Amino acid sequence: MKQFEALTRKTDRQPVRYLIVDDSVFARKSLAKMVESYGGQVIGEAGDGCTAITEYVRTKPDIVLMDITMPQMEGIEAVDRIVQEHPEARIVMVSSVGYQDNILAALQKGARHFVQKPVKADALYEIIRYVLNDDGVTSPVGAGTETSR
Amino acid sequence: MRMDLIQPFIGSLDAVLAQMMNAPARIVDLTMEEEGYRKKGTAATVAFRGEIEGRVILDMEPPVAAQVASYLSDGEVNASETLLRETVAELANMVIGNAVTQLNDAGYEFKVFPPEILTVEQCQKAGQDTEATILCFETPAGKVHLNIAMQHHQHWSHDSEPLPVQ
Repeated sequence: MKQFEALTRKTDRQPVRYLIVDDSVFARKSLAKMVESYGGQVIGEAGDGCTAITEYVRTKPDIVLMDITMPQMEGIEAVDRIVQEHPEARIVMVSSVGYQDNILAALQKGARHFVQKPVKADALYEIIRYVLNDDGVTSPVGAGTETSR
Repeated sequence: MRMDLIQPFIGSLDAVLAQMMNAPARIVDLTMEEEGYRKKGTAATVAFRGEIEGRVILDMEPPVAAQVASYLSDGEVNASETLLRETVAELANMVIGNAVTQLNDAGYEFKVFPPEILTVEQCQKAGQDTEATILCFETPAGKVHLNIAMQHHQHWSHDSEPLPVQ
């Protein structure tokens, strides 16, 4: 997998911490590999919206990657519940179902961005960098350039 | 069967396979389902309800699923049965999700359910009012079957009682 310039937290220069929410184990593994190539650390995983809320509270990640179509509780409802309690949450929706109503609903509930599956590593990197920069959390030196480690 | 409803699924599978197999896929056979569908490899099904109701089965021969798994994992993988199942479920999610996105943006309203692995060898025949079309795609690594069974409710509204998915 291509390696990207590491995204680190501005405050302590530690790796950006991720919570990955997807009912597919395979998708979680794939996303985990991707964020690790950005220098990130996966600190939690969840397979449904209910577990995502619990894991968010437990891990307080810098970024949540959230699927939409999941059993028990779907991603958009989980976003709503997380953001109501934690308005600072940075949630990026990652779903194959990307119709306008869904995207709009997710953004209205407080998601920061949306990326459609199949996910391209370069595209997700740029989105995460954008979301983190928006909050002044991090920016790599020479941000946006791809590099080999 | 309305081709405008099927076309997004064909286009979506074609695009995703071409990207993941690094070669074009081509349709080599198209049949109407006469009896219950008998799976050929590892298969996953996705149901949807609303203005359009039905289900789509994505059925892949193991070598194709293994190549897709390698692509999604960005490297060689140990193609276990579990991994192949997860791969097919995730691919079904992507293909059907992308198709559903196009249909929703075209104005059709329906809800999609998470993919489920098809564990039985032969499925029940689609309902009397539901036509099922089976498309066979050929890729360099083997064949992929897409079984699309759906019906369009012309007088559907948000308050309509959903029909059982076949």
